[in-house]
Amino acid sequence: MLLGRTANGLYWMNRYIERAENMARLVDAGLRMALTRTQNASEEWNSVLLSAGSDVAFTQKYQDYTAANVADFLLRDTSNPSSTMASIETARNNARMVRTALTRETWESINEAWMALKRMLARPIDERDLPSVLDAIKRETALIRGSFYGTMLRNEIFDFSQLGTYVERADNTARILDVKYYVLLPSISWVGSTLDNYQWESILRSVSAHRSYRWVYDADYKPTNIADYLILNVRMPRSLTFCYRFLAEHLKFLGDDYGERHACHATAEKTQAMLRAGSIKDIFDTGLHEFLAGFIRDNTRLGDEIAQDYRFY
Amino acid sequence: MAAFDEMLPEVSGLRRPYSAYDRWLQEQDPARLTEKMQDAERVFRKTGITFAVYGEQEASERLIPFDIVPRIISGNEWRRLTQGIEQRVQALNAFLDDIYHRQEILRAGRVPKELIARNEAFLPEMIGVRPPAGVYTHIIGVDIVRISEDEFYVLEDNARTPSGVSYMLENRETMMQLFPELFQKIKVRPVENYPQLLRQSLAAVRPQSTKGAPTIAVLTPGSFNSAYFEHAFLADQMGVQLVEGQDLRVVDGHVAMRTTEGYKQIDVLYRRVDDSFLDPLTFRPDSALGIPGIMDVYRAGNITIANAPGTGIADDKAIYSYMPEIVEFYTGRKAILGNIPTWRCSEPDSLKYVLEHIHELVIKEVHGSGGYGMLVGPAATKKECEAFAKKLQAKPSNYIAQPTLALSTCPILTEKGLSPRHVDLRPYVLVSDRIQIVPGGLTRVALKEGSLVVNSSQGGGTKDTWVLDD
Repeated sequence: MLLGRTANGLYWMNRYIERAENMARLVDAGLRMALTRTQNASEEWNSVLLSAGSDVAFTQKYQDYTAANVADFLLRDTSNPSSTMASIETARNNARMVRTALTRETWESINEAWMALKRMLARPIDERDLPSVLDAIKRETALIRGSFYGTMLRNEIFDFSQLGTYVERADNTARILDVKYYVLLPSISWVGSTLDNYQWESILRSVSAHRSYRWVYDADYKPTNIADYLILNVRMPRSLTFCYRFLAEHLKFLGDDYGERHACHATAEKTQAMLRAGSIKDIFDTGLHEFLAGFIRDNTRLGDEIAQDYRFY
Repeated sequence: MAAFDEMLPEVSGLRRPYSAYDRWLQEQDPARLTEKMQDAERVFRKTGITFAVYGEQEASERLIPFDIVPRIISGNEWRRLTQGIEQRVQALNAFLDDIYHRQEILRAGRVPKELIARNEAFLPEMIGVRPPAGVYTHIIGVDIVRISEDEFYVLEDNARTPSGVSYMLENRETMMQLFPELFQKIKVRPVENYPQLLRQSLAAVRPQSTKGAPTIAVLTPGSFNSAYFEHAFLADQMGVQLVEGQDLRVVDGHVAMRTTEGYKQIDVLYRRVDDSFLDPLTFRPDSALGIPGIMDVYRAGNITIANAPGTGIADDKAIYSYMPEIVEFYTGRKAILGNIPTWRCSEPDSLKYVLEHIHELVIKEVHGSGGYGMLVGPAATKKECEAFAKKLQAKPSNYIAQPTLALSTCPILTEKGLSPRHVDLRPYVLVSDRIQIVPGGLTRVALKEGSLVVNSSQGGGTKDTWVLDD
């Protein structure tokens, strides 16, 4: 038996852990672009902010798209509710609320991540320290994930946590693709230009897939392959298909355990079926942007349905 | 005023309960002990054992300092204490039953009527209500002070929602982690089964109508409450749900919690929410922490609330001064554990005395807790005393006064070695069809040299409390 409020806390705790890490990954990708292509750095930082969904809030506070400003806003600014610091704080508040549902190891890893990041992000980050700070953020979230997978019982508590993780992750990946969708569109001018190479690598880097891509496809970056990898690949842990495989699975566990199916089951299965049947050619034919916008909308609806069907409020 | 030190009294040297510990201590390298002290802090911070201090924005989560020198009580001393505590707890429950029914003690003139009628802790809604199993106060923390080898006094009874038991458990856990060898050398009675005892005790007082195993839940005001850690800890250790008011509602005459599968009935609610917030329909209408209609369910006998609403009338500081009479009235025997002499400022003669001796006395608000709103005369400046005297004269019935006793001391480890500090003791008592007292309790220690205020909100710390199995 699980309280609706506890399920809600678990769900958001995991969404925010995922988000905290995602911010670090986005800044990492932006930093790499800024280092390799000094000319259009501010444009790159702008697209990083767009992927983070934080561009409007950013421009209300800053005028210049500099590494220092963006990193500060996305990593340590607690007035930005999606920044790494704000996310880890929200994750911890949720963990505190659902503490009785967590193993001691999981709670301690979240609490320690919060303490470590609070210390590390207390002052503005010196640009020279940025790489090590990004590493530290990824390490802390990895420790949380490790404790979680290593110690949690695979029951409804686990299911609701995973739902949060994968709804957030699917949203993140879809947004990253959508911000850069035009870079992936086939056009006559793209062939072999170094500019696009950087752009493509940046997309892969922002989902930590720039190495694993080469294990699956040829060493050359091809837009259709990149889109295929991030949307349709079943084995790529941040692809949309991967996320929906687990969303459908955990919802099925819940449905079986409780002996009841809800609207969220149908929604998840529909998206999963669509991804399974789809080919990258179809997606490009209907329009990559339209596809992603539709996906993000459905994914958001799934989150709302889960909250309603399982009495989060 | 030299205080009695429980380890190293000036007259007789080392006291016997500490002899084995002292032998061990002499063999320790001071540097290693300092290291262990830091380890202890790390453990507490890591596990998030914190409490919130009201009125301090910056440090919204703080650790209660922990001292690694245990406070040791011999088996004999403990037996005496438990007899006194049991008697007192029996009397408290009998008093509550009487106050909400026939009020014999008022008719007999042993406790003044107006003390009850005009008391905010008295709930007219509870008149004629008999809680399941007839128990009003299920979980009690009795604060005890010692002033000499043989003199123990009750400082106050906490019959509403006493806190701190999680520290008793974590302190022991920490000590066992830091010094496992000590527990092999010295036989210390265990406290770690408290959560199981609590669960059994709560199950035993379930409503008569409950079928099968009762569903128990802990009701917390939420994660921003200062004692939230403890609420979560106890729910976790008992294996029951930790609920908030927003999770609960009345469904078909029962209190039920909103789960992912719909509403599920609760039979026993261990509430850590004050009376006035419990039911917005009965008490404070603005309370978002409670459950509308829970009092109707309670009166219908369909839920056990522990502790029962209205138990505050028994631990009210104005009632406290009558405890010796109360114990004698209901148990037919003199109180084994005495009270500290107390002046009731509501009585003109007492008020006069208190005002004349304000710099010697400890003056407390009748309804206050946590060390807020009190004056420690000997430690206060002249100006503070004068300001307090004004408050006192404005509303005398709001205050009681007690002599500043030389509370016993127990050494703490400082940078310069052992140094005595004042301590008190809060053992925890569970009442169901029987009375159980866990051998130990929470020792609170005033960390500032010479200070008598042990409250954690006022710079107090804690120690592990050992009852020897001798």
